[in-house]
Amino acid sequence: MPGQNEQVENLVKTEYEHGFVTDVDTDTVAPGLNEDVIRLISNKKGEPEWLLEWRLKAYRHWLKMTEPRWAHVHHEPINYQSISYYSAPKSKKTGPKNLDEVDPKLLETYAKLGIPLQEQKMLAGVAVDAVFDSVSVATTFKEKLAEAGVIFGSFSEAVQNHPDLVRQYLGTVVPTSDNFFAALNSAVFTDGSFCYVPKGVRCPMELSTYFRINASNTGQFERTLIIADEGSYVSYLEGCTAPMRDENQLHAAVVELIALENARIKYSTVQNWYPGDENGKGGIYNFVTKRGDCRGNHSRISWTQVETGSAITWKYPSCILRGDHSVGEFYSVAVTNNYQQADTGTKMIHIGKNTKSTIISKGISARHGQNAYRGLVRIGKGAENARNYTRCDSLLMGDQCGAHTFPYIETRNSSAKVEHEATTSKISDDQLFYCLQRGISEEDAVNMIVNGFCKEVFRELPMEFAVEAQKLLGITLEGAIG
Amino acid sequence: MNGTAIHHYLAEYHRREASNNTPWLQEQGLAALEKFRNNGLPTTRQENWKYTDIGALARTGFITADARHNTIEHHRLDAVRIKGLDCYELIFINGQFSPTHTRLEGLPAGVMVESLGRSLPNPSATVREHLNRYADNDNYAFTALNTAFLTDGTLLVIPANAVIEKPVNLLYISNRQDQTLVSHPRNLVILGANSRATLIESYIGLDKAEYFTNTVTEILAGEGASLEHYKIQQESERSFHIGSTHVTQQKDSRYVSHSISLGGALVRNDITATLGGNGSETILNGLYMAGDRQHVDNHTLVNHLQPNTRSEEYYRGVLDGHARGVFNGKIIVHKNAQKTDARQSNANLLLSDNAEVDTKPELEIYANDVKCSHGATVGQLDENMLFYLRSRAIDEETARSLLTYAFADDVIRRITLQPVRDRLEYSVIGRLPDASLIREFV
Repeated sequence: MPGQNEQVENLVKTEYEHGFVTDVDTDTVAPGLNEDVIRLISNKKGEPEWLLEWRLKAYRHWLKMTEPRWAHVHHEPINYQSISYYSAPKSKKTGPKNLDEVDPKLLETYAKLGIPLQEQKMLAGVAVDAVFDSVSVATTFKEKLAEAGVIFGSFSEAVQNHPDLVRQYLGTVVPTSDNFFAALNSAVFTDGSFCYVPKGVRCPMELSTYFRINASNTGQFERTLIIADEGSYVSYLEGCTAPMRDENQLHAAVVELIALENARIKYSTVQNWYPGDENGKGGIYNFVTKRGDCRGNHSRISWTQVETGSAITWKYPSCILRGDHSVGEFYSVAVTNNYQQADTGTKMIHIGKNTKSTIISKGISARHGQNAYRGLVRIGKGAENARNYTRCDSLLMGDQCGAHTFPYIETRNSSAKVEHEATTSKISDDQLFYCLQRGISEEDAVNMIVNGFCKEVFRELPMEFAVEAQKLLGITLEGAIG
Repeated sequence: MNGTAIHHYLAEYHRREASNNTPWLQEQGLAALEKFRNNGLPTTRQENWKYTDIGALARTGFITADARHNTIEHHRLDAVRIKGLDCYELIFINGQFSPTHTRLEGLPAGVMVESLGRSLPNPSATVREHLNRYADNDNYAFTALNTAFLTDGTLLVIPANAVIEKPVNLLYISNRQDQTLVSHPRNLVILGANSRATLIESYIGLDKAEYFTNTVTEILAGEGASLEHYKIQQESERSFHIGSTHVTQQKDSRYVSHSISLGGALVRNDITATLGGNGSETILNGLYMAGDRQHVDNHTLVNHLQPNTRSEEYYRGVLDGHARGVFNGKIIVHKNAQKTDARQSNANLLLSDNAEVDTKPELEIYANDVKCSHGATVGQLDENMLFYLRSRAIDEETARSLLTYAFADDVIRRITLQPVRDRLEYSVIGRLPDASLIREFV
């Protein structure tokens, strides 16, 4: 066992693969938060009056709130006045007309990350709205989407071009006063993605956005709003990596999904932000509010997430199953290595009749990682024949880590069927022995077993993401044999 | 609301202070009272009380029961005793020890079963050493309140290597009195190394009386000791029952609990089991059945502190009418507790659209070489089973009762003492429609 631990130590020390800083002039506002900063952000983005008022309302409410303490995570207090709330690459001022005009340094960054920006036209099928810090720098495949009638682009553009749509839906799923971090986001968000899929349209390609935190000391506050109108379908992919940095960076995003009658939204995430070094120094604080509203009958929202990065993850992608026969799904793999902490899960709020939800959560903890599943399944009084199935499994690697489960199940209807199952175990010696005996190295065996453990979730990911996710998992857990 | 309740209990404490004849305990009592004064009664804003609102309890100005309140007609006792059970028996009326009804003939030598109240003025070294040592006055407001008001209850001490074959039955009976009473029974159970005992705590309410029972049981299971513990709660339908059991287990000890909750308007049962010795084992079985506007809350906490410990938990609930059932089972596996095996299961049957069930099985694991699992379900009677019975000419209501009984019986079946099992099966069937018909079937 001691020898094995040593091996773990050596292998886990693999440096963060995507750790580098791109040197770009940024237009950054001095750290601090007050109403003037919010006015400045709103002004810089040329926002209409109502949006500024909306932000200020959120800010005033935020001042009255306190940071939540219930999550199973520990961190130093965050000084919200030492964060800069706005940062944009300068080259944006003129605005690139096509890929050639994009700052080559940015393109280089993306190339390093393996984002197929250059090859996109050939690769057809993925439209990337790349958010570099807070402002979109390049959006492609606009024409093809426009042809289908799909509106997809940065949030700022949407505010300019489709203010009515934004105004109609913004904050209707996650209200400004929802929680501490959502209120903060509402006050200071700088950009994000907006997508509207009109009635009866099946979005012709997978939509994806790569978020990347770059400018030092800049909390990034993304706002994403996706609306699937009646009978439409959209699959949205979100992936992220961040450069190595010593100070903790705060990320408090809000994602709102709205599915109207017969619509379906599939939202996939691969999150690989900088998790801090092996001593728990640095890393991203990822405090995200994600919620989907199955507003219409027969609507369906699926969340799939692979969380391998961030020092602290605090995230509960949820579904409000308002429409009759609506379906909510949550598939998650969360990995915590070194001193990473994750408190993640979902909420399934059953309101409509014959609503169904499925929760599959796989948590992997290695070394000092702390991994918690926290979920709520609520069957309302009128939610006849509601059905929920929950399964959360934890895999422990190393004797210093922790795996926790906090499921809340509230049932107020006698026709409801709710099932919850959870298990915790380590990779069994038998399984390892079986593989070793057949000439598979220990490293490969662990990889194989872990991938098998997560298969149910990976299967839900779109192809490109599934490959990336498996690779990520391998890198994150290199050598962490229990 | 909380301020008024704190004020009320402080006033009650000082009213009774004059009659206090246990100076050695006073310091602990005052410390507990101080904790209660600072923490107050729990509210739904506290995580452990999220689903249980004790507003009605806090608003009632209960009078602390005393020696005047231990009256009961003799013939009524026979109705509450467990038929056919050969046991040692202590009887308490409204929390007051009733020596005339006590049956303790033939106790094995060295075994101590007596009223705790009687032993307090001249306490033995055992009582001084162990009393108030295993109870958690910091995190359990009602335990602190019990400690402050500690006057009577049961003292059970089994010496090392002793085995008592006959169960010890503690009957806590509450009846109608001129005032709305609160009693704070306190039980101290000490099992010496390799000893074995069976303990039954029965809480029974008569006359539809309104009262509040705030009971605490402290248990120490010594090395290799084994305790089978029954808690049968059949309080009156207007009563409040708050009970905590704090168990500390040493090496290779075994603790089996059967907690059956059938009565009471507002009920809260807490079990805290601390597996403090290598190879110790805890088994928690539970059944709660509630109808009308009953509220039953079961909280269990199993602390695995040492390696090779094992716990198994099996709770079932049946909720009808406007009842609300709450289950919260927490398992904590601490860093050292490698090779822990912990299992937990909670199943609920919701029979009415106005009933509610809130269940929260929790796992907190800090060791890696462990096997832990939990499961929770909420559902209703199986349509196929109903159809099967109905196709055999059993009417719907009877079929439903039969299946509900079968569901509840899954817990009762685990009880080894036949007379206790019979009594519980009788009580459970009595709650269902078509009771007499069901009795023919089973």
